[in-house]
Amino acid sequence: MAIFLNEDSKIIVQGMTGAEGTKHTRRMLASGANVVGGVNARKAGQSADFSDVKDGLTLPVFGTVAEAMKETGADVSVLFVPPKFAKDAAIEAIDAGIPLAVVITEGIPVHDTAFFWAHACATGNTTRIIGPNCPGVISPGKSNAGIIPADITGPGRIGLVSKSGTLTYQMMYELSDIGFSTAVGIGGDPIIGTTHIDALAAFEADPQTEVIVMIGEIGGDAEERAAAYIAEHVTKPVVGYVAGFTAPEGKTMGHAGAIVSGSSGTAQAKKEALEAAGVKVGKTPSETAELARQIVAAKA
Amino acid sequence: MDLYEYQAKDLFGAHGVPVLPGDVADTPDDAARIAGDLGQRVVVKAQVKTGGRGKAGGVKLADDAADAKAKAEGILGLDIKGHIVRRVLIAPASDIAEEYYFSFLLDRANRTFLAMASAEGGMDIEQLAVERPDALAKVPVDAIKGVDLAKAKEILTAGRFPEPILDEAAEVVVKLWETFVSEDATLVEVNPLVRDPQDKIIALDGKVTLDENASFRHPGHAALVDTAAEDPLEAAAKAKDLNYVKLDGQVGIIGNGAGLVMSTLDVVAYAGEEFGGMKPANFLDIGGGASAEVMANGLEIILGDRDVKSVFVNVFGGITACDAVANGIVQAFQLLESRGEPVNKPIVVRLDGNNAEEGRRILTEAALAGLEQVDTMDNAARKAAELASKGA
Repeated sequence: MAIFLNEDSKIIVQGMTGAEGTKHTRRMLASGANVVGGVNARKAGQSADFSDVKDGLTLPVFGTVAEAMKETGADVSVLFVPPKFAKDAAIEAIDAGIPLAVVITEGIPVHDTAFFWAHACATGNTTRIIGPNCPGVISPGKSNAGIIPADITGPGRIGLVSKSGTLTYQMMYELSDIGFSTAVGIGGDPIIGTTHIDALAAFEADPQTEVIVMIGEIGGDAEERAAAYIAEHVTKPVVGYVAGFTAPEGKTMGHAGAIVSGSSGTAQAKKEALEAAGVKVGKTPSETAELARQIVAAKA
Repeated sequence: MDLYEYQAKDLFGAHGVPVLPGDVADTPDDAARIAGDLGQRVVVKAQVKTGGRGKAGGVKLADDAADAKAKAEGILGLDIKGHIVRRVLIAPASDIAEEYYFSFLLDRANRTFLAMASAEGGMDIEQLAVERPDALAKVPVDAIKGVDLAKAKEILTAGRFPEPILDEAAEVVVKLWETFVSEDATLVEVNPLVRDPQDKIIALDGKVTLDENASFRHPGHAALVDTAAEDPLEAAAKAKDLNYVKLDGQVGIIGNGAGLVMSTLDVVAYAGEEFGGMKPANFLDIGGGASAEVMANGLEIILGDRDVKSVFVNVFGGITACDAVANGIVQAFQLLESRGEPVNKPIVVRLDGNNAEEGRRILTEAALAGLEQVDTMDNAARKAAELASKGA
């Protein structure tokens, strides 16, 4: 088992024919993910060449997500669409009713994200949205939807949810000997489709996941809310890490959502909330990995 | 991007939100001229992007042009919580019957927008939220449905706005919503929103934050950036498309990915506790590419910071291969040498992940003066803090 993504997942890529889309489609294919096609209205009917990944491999380009789903049975879409066009692309995926849409794009105006999220809610929330501004989701050895490198580690017992891409990679690397059920990068924007809580709930229900690592950062109160959720609903051990203790007030630290406003959104408040919920919080990424390692070892 | 009050006022005016006349001045003479044109008692208001300017002496009444000039002289140049006053807004001193509070903002937790309204305006809103929470209405706004007159009245009624001005205030609220949406704002706050003795509703003070991710559809927003008030290193970094924030420490930081860089700052600050309180000097995320040019530009900015005593380059090769990063560092040294600004401070490098061994080999063979490789993030942070403390 794993969460959100498994060996049966069939992936299409919106924006596959762009530079980023092509590069990462190639990487997903090379890691064994079952990418079955792309979507680009202007290139409908063409095919994209991926013979450098596998001899003779080409992928069909469809005009719409709905058509791609009908022809291929796809149930996951990964979006590499530029910010300007991301809202329409996400709405198209939602209207087609695809079960999972992973929005990698960074730099989408927050009014656009709020709009397509409201649209998803208004139409029955049939599409799980991950992101935007995220590295995607990987279930090692099974499938890979996004840009998380597949060669860092293999399948295992840890579930990881993180706002940050490179901290996801760092944590997977530190715990590469144990391995992961699924690692989910939920993204660093102020409004995101899948939250820490959504991932925690899924990991709690996933038999493969024994220990959960949760990475947060300054801005908003998602970590505090996750802490309250953990105290109520999560029985599996959770290890936490929060980045941004040294961030000054009022400055955006790379991610659009990573900002301390007045006294709210500080790393200290998040750490305290998590610890109060019984979560062990590491001071550094490697100390956090060590805490997770100890729990796994005690379970063995 | 946060706007000054006068910029918010202009934006409001452009969207039909009632505001007072008046203009902004950066010299006392200008202040006198504007006050003279208004021909009545005026208020001289410091333009700073922080609260509490009234208490700091940044808001004064003036009887006439000469008085406005004198008051502006006193306010211009004031330091209000670290913000130097460079401009003052001159506006008519208005007669106020009542003061209200109104704002639209992002509700991150509920992934939508929020309207906040209170008939008890004028005071600090965080204080009001704590002391009189039931006096502050918080009403979710659907991003698709938006705010029409009916919704505006619902919000204002929840905020206990008085019945006689409900209709007029609702019209103002709809215009504020139009401002919020059409300008891609993440905050539009009016405090106070006032009722004058003739029952007119006026936005007397405004705070607006614009979403920089939306700048591609707002070419006009670039002109709202106050380049003079920017930190010179931050301005130089921005000109080179670098994601840089100046901090007040001694260890320069370069990393890839916002989360990893934030984490690097923290790890350096912890390590620095052992070495006389060495702290990170900056945030700099060079992103996925990490080409030689980006690395050189980043190093140039950081080495140009006179507070920096050592530099920590912390890269985890995810998509980026470490050998490419290592080559980038080697070429960056050459590039800086050729620009006549050779690397003259100790540099600690930690490479892990994709092709890390090859990357380390390249750096070892290049034997760059002052560059040292350390194998883990924690140890490298300690080394960089130690070197900074020796150079400090």
